[in-house]
Amino acid sequence: MEFKDLKGRVSERIIEDLKKALEDRKISKKDENKIVEMILKDYEDAQINPGEAIGIVTAESFGEPGTQMTLRTFHYAGVAEVNVTLGLPRIIEIFDARKEIKTPMMEIYLKKPYNKEPEKVRKIANLIKGTKIIEVVNEFTINLSSLQVELILNKPKMRDMNITETHLVNAINEGIKGVNIKQDKDKIILKVKPKEDELMETYKVKEKVKDVYIRGIKGISYLLPVKKQNEFIILTAGSNLKEVLEISEVDETRTVTNDIFEIQSVLGIEAARQAIINEASKVIEDQGLDIDMRHIIFIADVMTRTGDIKGITRSGITGEKESVLARASFEIPIKHIINASLLGEEDHLNSVIENVLLNQVVPLGTGLPGLVAKMKGNKEKDKEKYKK
Amino acid sequence: MKSYKIEDHILVPKHIKLNEDEIKKVLDFYNISIKQLPRISPKDAVIKNLNVKQGDVIKIIRNSDTAGETVFYRVVGK
Repeated sequence: MEFKDLKGRVSERIIEDLKKALEDRKISKKDENKIVEMILKDYEDAQINPGEAIGIVTAESFGEPGTQMTLRTFHYAGVAEVNVTLGLPRIIEIFDARKEIKTPMMEIYLKKPYNKEPEKVRKIANLIKGTKIIEVVNEFTINLSSLQVELILNKPKMRDMNITETHLVNAINEGIKGVNIKQDKDKIILKVKPKEDELMETYKVKEKVKDVYIRGIKGISYLLPVKKQNEFIILTAGSNLKEVLEISEVDETRTVTNDIFEIQSVLGIEAARQAIINEASKVIEDQGLDIDMRHIIFIADVMTRTGDIKGITRSGITGEKESVLARASFEIPIKHIINASLLGEEDHLNSVIENVLLNQVVPLGTGLPGLVAKMKGNKEKDKEKYKK
Repeated sequence: MKSYKIEDHILVPKHIKLNEDEIKKVLDFYNISIKQLPRISPKDAVIKNLNVKQGDVIKIIRNSDTAGETVFYRVVGK
């Protein structure tokens, strides 16, 4: 066995490490071959055997440290607006593949010239922050006699935020269809185009106009520039990966969000898999626990196997199990059994849990291989016998 | 607004479309049928530009924390 034979038989990292180790030392060809052989043997010994119950090992590896996780959500260094869900609630969020996560967050990295000076970073942060009309308006009123919505503007605040009336009018124009916009001194007046139910429409417009974005990116409510190593990055509350990546100052290769479904839709399923691994190991590290990476990788692989993110829930991967009994043993057994009987489903007892239920040998470890015996005698006769 | 390539993102590994011969090699190596491979949606953001159809196999070269680099395969599903 020589060094070059290792390729394809052990992982790339081992080959690289070995190459580095061999370079500095003077080792004879014979000894080198011996080392290679020992490495290969150790590598193959460390591999999982067929029939090993890796699922249960992973579950137990998560289960015990899971009892030590915190149940609280934390605040970010004195800033009330930026909350982070950590500990057990976050782990549940990730592995259940919740679509709506409690605290969406982004880490926005900036391109080279912008990421060094705090001033520039703040400027970009202001550009990203979503500003709604409600923030610069003192009062929304409906004038019942003329059926108009009147917005009384907060002029000083607008000056501070560098927003003019024209900005507002343009934003409303884009955000709401079918209204006439008039500008008065301190007011903006909206009049609904004549319709059957004008009062109702007017009321709807009044509510709708509050949520119109003047500028910035939808969904991002708070930005916090922080120093990370030797550059400034922006942490956000709220997440909108697609639109943030389109900003020209943003580094589109490193910016990430903690919303795994958003990553899937923008960057694809493989990126989502990596995001699950990253997010889960972030929580585990944060809690001071030590769970082997391979368990997390395994869960991420199972969750993304179908090309979609499936949580470990009865609507996710557990609900897709082939066996009726396996599904029934997870949650709501009666519903599963009734449905299976209505549809005439069959259970081939190929997996673990259904065989445990029936007190049979489970197909794991030594229970996996079957025994085939070749008997002497008439083959045709035997065949018929076994058919019965 | 700017145009950017999602392939450059740190979370996105390399995706390569395989031809017929390579697909057969992969299936023979693992001794499986094509149905047993994990799937990827044809609408997936990364393979949009690869011009794929149902039944194509995508080779994915991941950067792994444990093994340095690993190869993974997904079949394009419905």
